[in-house]
Amino acid sequence: MRSKFLRNLLAAPLALSLGGCHLVLLHSAGAVAARQSGLMIASVFLMLLIIVPVLIAIAVIAWRYRASANPPDYDPDWEHSSTLELLVWAAPLMIIIALGAMTWIGTHQLDPYRPVDHADYPRSVIANVKPLRIDVVSLEWKWLFLYPDYGIATVNQVAAPVGVPIRFHLTAATMMDSFFVPAIAGQIYTMPGMQTVLHAVVDRPGSYRGFSANYSGSGFTDMRFRMLGMSAGDFARWVAQVKAAGGDLNRETYARLALPSRAEPVHYYATFSPDLYSRILDRCVQPGETCMSRMMARDAGRATPAGRHPAGRHGRTETNL
Amino acid sequence: MTPHRSAWLHFLLGRLTLSAIPYDNPIILWTFVVVATLGAAVLGAITYHRLWGYLWREWFTSIDHKRIGIMYLVLAIVMLLRGFADAVMMRTQQAIAFGSHLGYLPPHHYDQIFTAHGSIMIFFVAMPLIVGLMNYVMPMQIGARDVAFPFLNNFSFWMTVAGAVLFMLSLFIGDFARTGWLGYPPVSELRQSPGVGVDYYIWGLQIAGVGTLLSGINMVVTILKMRAPGMTLMRMPVFTWAALCSNALIVAAFPILTAALALLALDRYAGTHFFTSSLGGNVMMYINLIWIWGHPEVYILILPMFGVYSEVVATFSGKRLFGYSSMVYATVAIMILSYLVWLHHFFTMGSGADVNSFFALTTMIISIPTGVKIFNWLFTMYRGRVRYDVPMLWTIGFLFTFTIGGMTGVMLSVAPADFMLHNSLFVVAHFHNVIIGGVVFGAFAAINYWFPKAFGFRLDPFWGKVSFWFWLVGYWVAFTPLYVLGLMGVTRRLSHFTDPRLQIWFQIAAVGSGLIFLGILAFLVQIYVSIRRREALRDATGDPWNGRTLEWSTSSPPPAYNFAFTPLVHDRDAWTDMKRRGFVRPTSGFRPIHMPKNTSAGVVLGALSLCCGFGLVWHIAWLAVAAFVGIVAVAIANSFDYHRDHHIPAEEVDRVEREYRRRLAAPASTP
Repeated sequence: MRSKFLRNLLAAPLALSLGGCHLVLLHSAGAVAARQSGLMIASVFLMLLIIVPVLIAIAVIAWRYRASANPPDYDPDWEHSSTLELLVWAAPLMIIIALGAMTWIGTHQLDPYRPVDHADYPRSVIANVKPLRIDVVSLEWKWLFLYPDYGIATVNQVAAPVGVPIRFHLTAATMMDSFFVPAIAGQIYTMPGMQTVLHAVVDRPGSYRGFSANYSGSGFTDMRFRMLGMSAGDFARWVAQVKAAGGDLNRETYARLALPSRAEPVHYYATFSPDLYSRILDRCVQPGETCMSRMMARDAGRATPAGRHPAGRHGRTETNL
Repeated sequence: MTPHRSAWLHFLLGRLTLSAIPYDNPIILWTFVVVATLGAAVLGAITYHRLWGYLWREWFTSIDHKRIGIMYLVLAIVMLLRGFADAVMMRTQQAIAFGSHLGYLPPHHYDQIFTAHGSIMIFFVAMPLIVGLMNYVMPMQIGARDVAFPFLNNFSFWMTVAGAVLFMLSLFIGDFARTGWLGYPPVSELRQSPGVGVDYYIWGLQIAGVGTLLSGINMVVTILKMRAPGMTLMRMPVFTWAALCSNALIVAAFPILTAALALLALDRYAGTHFFTSSLGGNVMMYINLIWIWGHPEVYILILPMFGVYSEVVATFSGKRLFGYSSMVYATVAIMILSYLVWLHHFFTMGSGADVNSFFALTTMIISIPTGVKIFNWLFTMYRGRVRYDVPMLWTIGFLFTFTIGGMTGVMLSVAPADFMLHNSLFVVAHFHNVIIGGVVFGAFAAINYWFPKAFGFRLDPFWGKVSFWFWLVGYWVAFTPLYVLGLMGVTRRLSHFTDPRLQIWFQIAAVGSGLIFLGILAFLVQIYVSIRRREALRDATGDPWNGRTLEWSTSSPPPAYNFAFTPLVHDRDAWTDMKRRGFVRPTSGFRPIHMPKNTSAGVVLGALSLCCGFGLVWHIAWLAVAAFVGIVAVAIANSFDYHRDHHIPAEEVDRVEREYRRRLAAPASTP
């Protein structure tokens, strides 16, 4: 045990130098993630323009003006220089103007709600097809994926053909999680009764690690899934395989699935109730539960005499009105 | 809960049962044994040396800002040991829990530990550190004899202690929250956390929050109303400026925390739906509220430390602070901007690109005044004569460490980059980089700097240097791996891992936490050695570092009244100015000094608040109601106490001042 630990410790510098292949944030397999990490690296280089000189200056000045060297230009009353004052305010300001411009543009281009299309990405990256829609529900503590275009549903595994833009609609059953596949695209929260949207595309075939990046209770650690990138043919075969596995995700099976469980194995459903996702979002899957939209419409009717509907959209995290 | 509990027992004990004592958990059992043994030893020693009367009269009931400041610092150091024990447990768990090995902490225990670590380190280590320092130093820097509301100061301290005790009780009676340090719903709601853990968290923070808010008001008033004649705002020492900004933030931000926690408590106790997942509740409201407090909070912690570094750099460079006005404007700018950035803690919540961009830019803009400060410290050393005593070492360590931490912070403010880094170990590494590198290093610089003022002898420099190097190296060994792991896409708060490639990094981080442990140990040894060698380290002058501000014009330790005559201020570095003009200590004309009198009301109110909190946590209605009525009754009765002051007779002042002058003259006679 100890010798293994020591060996690991000695191997650490090597691991760091070769470690690039593990640094998934810098070696993405999705065009969105690639641009996000590109922005991250650019911001670091921009800041190093000022950080490196500052660090060197700290070392040089701290050494040069040490008391034991008895610096000849010691001046206990020197406290102001307009030139230097201008410099210390202007230098960080310049960097921040550049970085701010980069960030403003990047934040708009990489807005998770913005479709991945040919306005931003070359034809070599994304195919000229309709986006694939996948509805995502975070449950305690597993991930449910619904494919409305194919009528299939999966747990803890999601697949998409390479080069096809994906439009995820995401919500949560009870807890708040964060949907994150580091190799493919940045994360976004999933919250009960609300829907978030994420656009992404897979560049290369492969199996990518996904998980919840927001603590959601005792089973959170095992809340992992795999995202599979496939060729169009493989994807068609995968869909067929899911269909062949049988099983129907209806209100009853969903109620069982939604019970808290840890490290849930991958499983498939050939069919699911078409209104399942909207009912999860509306928090009225089980019979007898009043849908939030209905409740809010009723309350709105009571609150405004003319029955007018008050504005009900919170930014773009949509409550399902 | 046992099914056959009688109604009477239920009334008496609420939800508290014998099963709430986790005697079946060996880790907690042994912790209890150790804590109980140490506690008994300390209490026994106090009893044996007959110190209870002394502690009660001279410390617990004291309204002297210096005593209260020191008690805050003692509280912080004790709680640091608790919070650090949690850190070591987390590092150990993450270093071994790989593959088939599940580690030694099951999730329900691990999750309590990371929650306790975060909330204790922020609320009961970092906050008492800065409040204690401001309490001790600020009134003397402005030439005052005490704070504006001396009783309130004592009361604030005991409320903070009551909150800390309630947190500690959760270790042995019941359990603690499993929510993360900010208690996000829905995890903190009744459905997911039906136990008492979140209730301990809520009431501990509410009680301590009263203390923090009142202490903030107290210090703002003190700075604005009690400065010595001649000390205009732009002549205040930078530490006092930082204290003013920090306390203004406390006054404006802490009520938001109180409101957010009160709404959460209503959800849990009264069945409301502010933040629940159903019936119109919305978690986003809580997350916004908690960060509208939470982001100013990090500046509440760091601003006073910026003040400390400013004092230390100027003193040990033997030079005026470069760019005083810049420094002041930068501090004020940070204070204002800190209210405009809270959303950067949840760029991933699905706000629009315009909203995210706005908060990304405001966050980046804060780096400008912060950068200005770094430059100003740099140019203060430039053309100086820098002495590398221990406080200055911490400051240089801070400059390097904090600059890197600032850079990773700006990386995180780039919203699209944050989509990748959010909630990852990169974030954990970043905020430890700025909190350890900024707040903790600053606290050690301050303790080494002002210790001789408080106790009359310097801290041992050798063990101070040992502590510094272990902390500095330990920090980088412990948290560089977390930066790397963050870039490997590893998220925070995980108790078990499957990918064996990650393990080496966690093992290195665990080694780092061991080095930090040695740093803490060296600090405790430093205090012990210094007390043993106090005669050799004695400072008779009251001004061991050739200080620049008014606190160094008093004896060490200062007399209860601080200044026999209120000083007249003509320049920024008032004491340097006085020394240059050949200040001569007055030898006659002393007058009786009007001072506040000690009171036990603060201790009593704190104890009653603790009882009230405990009753609320365990749903013991009679206890909560009785304690609350007691709090109101004591507060009212106390307000009818008209014997709140006394006069230190002129003869006594004369005697103390003569004794100080004798000590000042002594070294000259024995060369």
